[in-house]
Amino acid sequence: MKIPFTQHTLENGLRVIIHEDRRLPMVAVNLWYHVGSKNELPGRTGFAHLFEHLMFEGSQHYDKGYFHPLQEAGAALNGSTNPDRTNYWEVVPTNALDLALWMESDRMGYLLPALTTQKFETQREVVLNERRQNYENRPYGLSASAIVKALFPSNHPYHWLTIGETEDLKAATFEDVREFFSTYYHPANASLVVAGDVDTEDALARVRQHFDEIPPGPKPAPLDSTAETTTERRLLLEDRIELPRLYLSWHSPAMFTDGDAEMDLVSDLFANGKVSRLYKALVYERRIASEVMAFQNSRELTGFWQVVATAAPGHSLVELQQGIDEELAKLTDSGPTEDEMQRGHAQIEAQFVYRLQTLGGFGGKADQLNAYSVFVNDPGYFERDMARYAAITQQDLHGAVRKYLRKDNRVLLSVVPKGKLSLALPDSTPAVVS
Amino acid sequence: MTRADRSRLPLVGPTLPFRFSRINKDRLTNKLVLWSAEHRTLPVVTFMLVLPVGSAADFEGYEGLAAMTGDMMDEGTGNLSAIDVNGAFARIGAHLETDVSADATMFTVTVLAKFAQQALSLFADCVIRPRMDVADFDRIRQLRLTRLVQIRDMPSAIADRAFMQVVYGTHPYAHMALGTEESLRQLSIDTVKMFHSRMYRASNATLIASGDIAAEEFERMAADTFGTWVDGAPEIPEDAAIAAPPAAPVHRLVIVDKPGSAQSEIRIGEVGLSRDTPDYHPLIVLNMILGGQFVSRINMKLRQEKGLTYGARTAFDFRRGRGPFVLQTSVQSDGTGEAIQASLLEIHAIRTDRPPTGEEVEVAKAALTRGYPRNFETAEQIARAMAQLVLYGLPDDYFDTFTSRIADVTVDRARQMAATHLHPDRLATAIVSDSSIVLPQLAAAGLGEPTPLLPRL
Repeated sequence: MKIPFTQHTLENGLRVIIHEDRRLPMVAVNLWYHVGSKNELPGRTGFAHLFEHLMFEGSQHYDKGYFHPLQEAGAALNGSTNPDRTNYWEVVPTNALDLALWMESDRMGYLLPALTTQKFETQREVVLNERRQNYENRPYGLSASAIVKALFPSNHPYHWLTIGETEDLKAATFEDVREFFSTYYHPANASLVVAGDVDTEDALARVRQHFDEIPPGPKPAPLDSTAETTTERRLLLEDRIELPRLYLSWHSPAMFTDGDAEMDLVSDLFANGKVSRLYKALVYERRIASEVMAFQNSRELTGFWQVVATAAPGHSLVELQQGIDEELAKLTDSGPTEDEMQRGHAQIEAQFVYRLQTLGGFGGKADQLNAYSVFVNDPGYFERDMARYAAITQQDLHGAVRKYLRKDNRVLLSVVPKGKLSLALPDSTPAVVS
Repeated sequence: MTRADRSRLPLVGPTLPFRFSRINKDRLTNKLVLWSAEHRTLPVVTFMLVLPVGSAADFEGYEGLAAMTGDMMDEGTGNLSAIDVNGAFARIGAHLETDVSADATMFTVTVLAKFAQQALSLFADCVIRPRMDVADFDRIRQLRLTRLVQIRDMPSAIADRAFMQVVYGTHPYAHMALGTEESLRQLSIDTVKMFHSRMYRASNATLIASGDIAAEEFERMAADTFGTWVDGAPEIPEDAAIAAPPAAPVHRLVIVDKPGSAQSEIRIGEVGLSRDTPDYHPLIVLNMILGGQFVSRINMKLRQEKGLTYGARTAFDFRRGRGPFVLQTSVQSDGTGEAIQASLLEIHAIRTDRPPTGEEVEVAKAALTRGYPRNFETAEQIARAMAQLVLYGLPDDYFDTFTSRIADVTVDRARQMAATHLHPDRLATAIVSDSSIVLPQLAAAGLGEPTPLLPRL
């Protein structure tokens, strides 16, 4: 199993990766800029994502919005920002490849002449509404903000959410746009994948035709920052909810580093699916929780591992914490079972194969090639990625659990209904969110 | 090498032809219908079981029965407990996915081809011979009751319920698949067993396979696994959703008060059309123009011009009976009156003084057809496409002819759709927000006094 590709670097530093897959008459164009909310500064949070919105507002040579010509050509398109990167993609019929390359290159090379304060002001309002819809008006929606603030110190690049602080978004200025664009939006800080119904030589020529003319910029210096928690911290957050929920968070390895794949597998065996330990103990047998989940949040600089459990009506977060700690203690003492290892490996194998089914869009092959290109500097990492999971033994998993999931280095967040502070774990202090 | 010409956009070639995979059909002796389509790109197979019975078939007073029954299918079979069943699926990297909509109950299993036989065997045991233990039933029902409690805090889910309740009144589409606290408490394991034995019949079901599997291989596997399903005369009742068209809504403007809301969730719409309407294709062209894509009138107005929302869209939900036409958006609370007024104006305008233009119709048609093949990339997409043919009695060449049917839609036809199928005098609006902020705006906008509503949960 692999994703075959060829790789080229243009003179201006743009990395270009071509993958031929001629099953359907369509092409995926996928462009990553190696910038995310981690590159922002305190007081200016949310800007990387606000900037992504501006990338859809038109560029010098086609100033009437980004969507119109592409939707007319039959494209699906979107973009997203996370702490580590910003990605943009189009999936177009084969005969609209030039259009997609033209549009992407025009906004990489010629965005600023088309930007106006009016576009900027309107998109700021749109983003504030996105924040209200997806965070402020959603049950438990501000818990992630409370958790990253507690896990990472105030000067750490992961101290804030990608959506940003409302006050910072309101304080962002049109002048900030130019500097952000010239620092991060240029060929030397980007990686382009063209995947699908193309001939490699022909596709590369078309890419050159559109991107060669764009001047390079200075490559941003890599950020380096680590954070650790050395005590257990207990926080509480009030929300417009009925059922209390407990979040337990630990620092964990960065994406693609030692221990990252192990913690990903631990998530599944511990709390994902009906056969997982926590579901079985808390939802199926004791019925004190209504839902449980766990995640390894792999990020470029570092990671964090989380368990989330929502109380069943009439049950307390203290009961949940005790139940979770009992299951964690069993896992820490005895490690995973043979059966858990078999299930984990089977699920991972299937997931890697399923990932190859989709060419473009979020998580499709083009997006995967770019993730590997940007984060490990090797678009061909798919096979090694699969191999690092396949190589994990019972001992490896057990070792990772013992190393990372200690009781003395975690953040416990209780989210409780407004005015019902007594439902939080004892000794919890109010979390900071904004 | 020549540089790109930036004085104009590159031309796009003509729409490329698309052909759906060949559909193979067979029938087991117990009358179970088998459909399959080979799609040999990766060693992946999707199996899907389609039953044309969904939440619209819930018995009155027992809303939530179809969904509850579907949910019991991976809760144990034979000697296997609920945990064992899920463990067995997990060991082959799979799980049983259940989807109960108004029209149908569908089960899906996607698996690596090497595990196809094992997966299908377990799949058959689950849906033909579920354990239906009362203890499992009690637990699943309790989880569903808890889900209802959680929904009280979810503005978008509340808005969906309020809207369907107002528009559909006592019609079978008025309730959600989950049901209500009262109706879930009415259910017993016996009701679920009865529903299962009446509705889950071989002669009423279609088993679909797509991906890395040959028709003969699938038919042999299906006979080995689903062949034991006892035949029986189907007891599918007449579709009540078709039998009784919904009455006009009693209230046209309702509000669910949620003090402290950060935004207003809004739904505006009416009873739409059924899937068998001859106007299906021209209507989706019209919808693209009105609110079906980013560059639609509604999204451009509310998001790109006014900045009031992260997004706004409209959709016709075509069902066996007449499903809803709905505009949905979530806007800043102080812009609620303005957003509703602007939305109503756009719906009014597209059928009167600003009908679809020739350019809008061409853009909408191109957007629907030029990228059409991307809907058929994965084994699961292909299985779902076949399920649509099964559920709505569409011809085998339906996907092959889609592009030409859309191409046939003229400007006049699109305009006629707006004038015929959008009814400003029937539109109902549901708002979930902080009343104290929203009520003065509604009065100022001349929208009148809303009726307070408590959605049935």
